[in-house]
Amino acid sequence: MKKITYLAVGFLIAIMMLAASTFTVDQREHAIVFRLGEIVSIKKEPGLYFKTPLIENVRFFDNRILTLNVQEADRFITSEKKNVLVDSFIKWKIIDPAKYYVSVKGDEIQAERRISQTVNDGLRAEFGKRTIHDVVSGERTEIMQILTERADRDLRSLGIQILDVRLRRVDLPKEVSESVYQRMDAERKSVANELRSQGFAASEKIRADAEKQRDIIVAEAYKEAQKLKGDGDAKAAEIYANAYGKNPEFYAFYRSIEAYKNSFKDKSDVMVLEPTSDFLKYFRSSKKKKE
Amino acid sequence: MAKNSEQNNNQDQGPPDLDELLNDLGKKIGRLFGRKESAQKNSKPNNEGSQSKTPQDQLPVTTIVLIVALIWAATGFYIVDQGSRGVVLRFGKNTEVTMPGPRWHIPFPVESVEVVNLEQVRTLEVGYRSSGNSVARSKELRESLMLTDDENIIDLQFAVQYNLKSAENFLFNNRSADASVRGAAESAIREIVGKSKMDFALYEGREEIAVKAKKLMQEILDRYDTGINVTSVTMQNAQPPEQVQASFDDAVKAKQDLERQKNEGQAYANDIIPKAKGAASRLTSEAQGYRVKVESEAKGNASRFEQILTQYNRAPEVMRDRIYIEAQEQILSNISKVIVDQKNSNSLFYLPLDKLIQQTSPGSKENISSTINVSPQVDMNQTSLQNLERSRDAFKSRERELR
Repeated sequence: MKKITYLAVGFLIAIMMLAASTFTVDQREHAIVFRLGEIVSIKKEPGLYFKTPLIENVRFFDNRILTLNVQEADRFITSEKKNVLVDSFIKWKIIDPAKYYVSVKGDEIQAERRISQTVNDGLRAEFGKRTIHDVVSGERTEIMQILTERADRDLRSLGIQILDVRLRRVDLPKEVSESVYQRMDAERKSVANELRSQGFAASEKIRADAEKQRDIIVAEAYKEAQKLKGDGDAKAAEIYANAYGKNPEFYAFYRSIEAYKNSFKDKSDVMVLEPTSDFLKYFRSSKKKKE
Repeated sequence: MAKNSEQNNNQDQGPPDLDELLNDLGKKIGRLFGRKESAQKNSKPNNEGSQSKTPQDQLPVTTIVLIVALIWAATGFYIVDQGSRGVVLRFGKNTEVTMPGPRWHIPFPVESVEVVNLEQVRTLEVGYRSSGNSVARSKELRESLMLTDDENIIDLQFAVQYNLKSAENFLFNNRSADASVRGAAESAIREIVGKSKMDFALYEGREEIAVKAKKLMQEILDRYDTGINVTSVTMQNAQPPEQVQASFDDAVKAKQDLERQKNEGQAYANDIIPKAKGAASRLTSEAQGYRVKVESEAKGNASRFEQILTQYNRAPEVMRDRIYIEAQEQILSNISKVIVDQKNSNSLFYLPLDKLIQQTSPGSKENISSTINVSPQVDMNQTSLQNLERSRDAFKSRERELR
């Protein structure tokens, strides 16, 4: 039984030795091998590696893209001296673990502080050159590009690559927002008023147009009617002229008689006659009248 | 694996216990395999003379080693769910990606596996947070308020849905790939809205903004090789901020007022134009009627006259007299008449025309001429004047009525 024990113990010691003298580098990491504090090699490829136990030690660094979120929005001043609140996020990556280790002691928090300082400087410079409108809409992409390039150039010495600087929020400070709201309010009110007036105008136009049409329709009809009536009158006149022209003298007589008949036909009409009137000539005497 | 390390620790602390431990283990396993007795007999008395019975002692040891190896091998089994991928790492290096199904990898410490769900739809809410199952959701003003191109502020809430297109990229390229989606989403939507006018963003352009934002988000995420695939960006809400909501609503109402007023105008038009058309056709019809009437009357009158004329031409004198006398008869039989022989009396006489008319108006059939005393003093001028005045009064009163 003792033999087994020794065997087992020996096996275990072997495993421990192996564990102490190997290390694996993950796909997601870089490793630096130190020998008594001195960098001896940098392992960028994932896999199994050997080291001398006790005198060599290994530090790992993330080789993935890291995100730095600037949570608290900072104030920046634009070229027209207006304040804007800006927050952003930065995508960065450790590309040179040795430089990175040397410059920031491998401390991510310290690295992030350096990055945000650099980016903030860049932001301040770029915003100072531009108006709010440019920052918000026109040159947003351009600013982000400039900042990325600039920060990348500056931070290469730390073994850091800046992949992207993106503006997230570009907002107005609260007091300015209030005045924006007031302006929006006023704008909407004027739009509403305009719409209502337009509605009134449109309605009036439709009504006036309708009235115009009505008048035209009636006037046209009147014209037509008068034409028809005139036509009738003319034809009648022609007929009368033809008929009465055959004996105008008789017509005058005949028509006058007709007119008399129509004019005097009521008891309320009082006629004062002289006995000498033609009608009464036989009333006065039966003698044949001599002209 | 944890078990192994524990055992290692135990062994480090106290190697003397190892024998007992191994024996114990051997016994237990032996019992399992139905060799209780032999194991007990062999192990208990032989604490010292183990060398003499090596063949019997070695048997459980090999079994133990075998079993431990089996257990070790068994820890290499894993299951990849439908829609997921297993990413196998050998000594930290990505060697293969496995498809759904039961799989095996060389166990620790050589290989390890990470199973990533590719097809699961992940949702991200920007500008709001829906709370649990309830429909109610809380606004995140910090996220939802944003500036537009015309320096207005709008309140925008949207949801992003995404899944993964590459398990390896998702695992290896970004430390917190999921978190990058929020950053990309916020940054993208603000960039797009920042380039749009407020009215566009709020009303007609909502869909377009969502589409553009999706595209830009995908671009950003691809730049970092996140392995994330944005499937949809849906605009949940796009509205003006609360502070100005009322006047925006009023503007919308004003738009409706405009439509209403137009419709009212149209209604008025639809009312009066057909009426006018009716009136017009009435006018023309009347005129047509008039024309026919006048013509026919003329024809009738003319033919009557012509007929009479033919007769007249035969004996003009007789005809004239007859017509004249007949007419006089007809007229004088109807009207009131006064015969005055003025030639014989030089003085004026009184003729009470008023009374004559009054008497006639009730419709009395008395012969007026017979009842009236004809007095010679009649002021003709006066009566005619009175008549005139009366008629003028009548005319005035009629005028008044007309007004």
